Amino acid sequence: MHKIVSKVELADKIKWLEVNVPHVAEKSRPGQFIMLIAGERNERIPLNIAGIDRNKGTISFAFNEVGKTTKELGLLKQGDSLENILGPLGNPSEIRNFGKVLCVGGGVMIAPIYLQVQAFHEAGNDVTTVIGARTKKLLFFEDKIKTLSRKVHIATDDGSQGHQGLSFMKNLLQAEKFDRCVAMGPVVMLKSVCEITKPFGIPTIVTLTPIMVDGMGMCGCCRVSVGGQMKFACVDGPEFNGHLVDFEELNNRQRVFLPEERLSSLLWEKSRG
Amino acid sequence: MPKQKPEVRRRNFKEVALGYTEEQALAEANRCLQCPQPKCVGGCPVEIEIPVFIQLLKEKKYGDGIRKIKEKNSLPAVCGRVCPQEDQCQKNCVMGKVGEPISIGRLERFLADWERSRGFQVPEKAPPTRGKVGVIGAGPAGLTVAAELARLGHKVVLFEALHLPGGVLVYGIPEFRLPKSIVRSEAEYVKKLGVDMSLNCLVGRTYTIPELLKNGFDAIFIGSGAGLPQFMGVPGENLGGIYSANEFLIRVNLMRSYDFPEYDTPIRIGKHVVVIGGGNVAMDSARSALRLGADEVCIVYRRSREELPAREEEIVNAEEEGILCKLLAAPVRFIGDEKGCVKAMECICMELGQPDESGRRRPCPVKGSEFVMDVDTVIVAIGRTPNPIIQRTTEGLETTKWGTIVTKDDSGKTSIEGVYAGGDVVTGEATVISAMGVGKKAAKAIHEYLMSKGN
Repeated sequence: MHKIVSKVELADKIKWLEVNVPHVAEKSRPGQFIMLIAGERNERIPLNIAGIDRNKGTISFAFNEVGKTTKELGLLKQGDSLENILGPLGNPSEIRNFGKVLCVGGGVMIAPIYLQVQAFHEAGNDVTTVIGARTKKLLFFEDKIKTLSRKVHIATDDGSQGHQGLSFMKNLLQAEKFDRCVAMGPVVMLKSVCEITKPFGIPTIVTLTPIMVDGMGMCGCCRVSVGGQMKFACVDGPEFNGHLVDFEELNNRQRVFLPEERLSSLLWEKSRG
Repeated sequence: MPKQKPEVRRRNFKEVALGYTEEQALAEANRCLQCPQPKCVGGCPVEIEIPVFIQLLKEKKYGDGIRKIKEKNSLPAVCGRVCPQEDQCQKNCVMGKVGEPISIGRLERFLADWERSRGFQVPEKAPPTRGKVGVIGAGPAGLTVAAELARLGHKVVLFEALHLPGGVLVYGIPEFRLPKSIVRSEAEYVKKLGVDMSLNCLVGRTYTIPELLKNGFDAIFIGSGAGLPQFMGVPGENLGGIYSANEFLIRVNLMRSYDFPEYDTPIRIGKHVVVIGGGNVAMDSARSALRLGADEVCIVYRRSREELPAREEEIVNAEEEGILCKLLAAPVRFIGDEKGCVKAMECICMELGQPDESGRRRPCPVKGSEFVMDVDTVIVAIGRTPNPIIQRTTEGLETTKWGTIVTKDDSGKTSIEGVYAGGDVVTGEATVISAMGVGKKAAKAIHEYLMSKGN
């Protein structure tokens, strides 16, 4: 059993848990993920590692309360325990001194992008960060990221804070040259980022979060087309060359179970009155 | 053996075969001729002394009977259900020459279930040694190696990547063929032998083999199975509604999607389901799909019925339940709807040509024979290959181009000293009992290795 050491509400329906799981913390590197089963009836869900503290023996992750499993996870408190955590999974990010690195994080994935920002900063890179969300209220970590980035840009879909949408990035890339871009966030965001960076020839690494069941190569549910080849995000990724990813297919595959997820979530809400 | 009626069982996940009553078991045991030179034993990969346990059963010494089986086989309730006895022990039975062979598997199951309903007795163990062994994968091979070595007095840690022990027994074989309560209790028995189970631990990621060897393990057995699904590589294979058999079965068996929404993991079953492939996994997938409410389930196989690799018993079960078979056909592409979900499948007809390297006649496409089927769920059950994680993270471990681990002899010795391997990770996808047979040999070799090292 793995105790929840701390819990933070980052924004509406976005929670952060720090969990004691020393053998996973020992091995975890930025870019990797864990699989978690919170309770016997819950789904196995992949969660990108957003914090690693080897001295304390903890890892942290953030999640969005979207379905029944994540809503139940959101009800857990500091001191509660999680039974099944498997990890670290996936390949670690390539972290070294590239020069100028542009980190882009959207939605709940602002949490793991912060870990990337830290890692690239520590490796001596000049880091610029873009964080985005649907609306102002869903932004977090701006201050933390500021201390490690030369510049932080904010973008919201509704324009309630910072730039509206990501099109401003074109100007950013015209103004200065970046050696690498790493992006984490929803598929539509990743797709836009890649469309923007491609004409500038900036190597762009995206972290993909397709549906996974086992997280270690068994189910093939997380298969994605990269450069026309079938890859499993869990064992071949989760990071890929964004300019080669078939985002439309990925988007479709992520939506396959939406009706079931809605049903399960509604029934759960109803049972709680 | 009594079975649930097809029209009833095709819509539930309860076990199909109901098992012998005591009376039936005794009657079957009484048919055994007790051959002085029994041929059945030679057909058993773990060499159970079959006539001896049948004699004990005949004398109603059920406790002694199950103990006799367990001298050679730690998972009798599983093997009594899923072993292909018709190709092994029962194939050699002399009674088979004049009529029906003795139903050895059903008798094994009877004794195992008798014991399970009364609680296990833990057999005597050898005095503890100083040897410590890491066994990777709690499937049939790993459970066998772990049980054998624990009985010989060694300290055993069994590493399992999933949250439950059993491997393919828990994620692959459906409830109606092998109830999960049985896997649970067989794993419980292995624990009672003193095996320490480390679940949620993916060797290669959580720990690597070189780390385990450095940190106090004297020997390692790799039984990580063949868990990587194969796809066909035809256009449209990534459309929604197309599952690998592994994904489909993991959702249904391990995550209990058949109890959705009580259990959170969803599964989507359409009206027209096709399963590609003809092995046991294809049968399991097809029969599960039917139970999940499909109107029609059709198996599409590129050879003829004669070549279907599934157990005859399972093919008959599937046919009784109303599973359709489209033989001598293979998909060439999948066609999607506006949401990116599969709506049709284009196939091509096949004819059988000359035998290929497997000895079976090679299917060859018939030009111009393409046809389209309306489908909304596709399950691809064309085989599984070993998971590459251990191979990629263990320097010096020799593997084949198919990703299987190379072993030196039937003891399972690999290219690294003290590291052994067996089961599907060595042979490619095979049966539960063959993995257990290899596990027994590897356990013996590991024991000898440990003793030679002065443990």
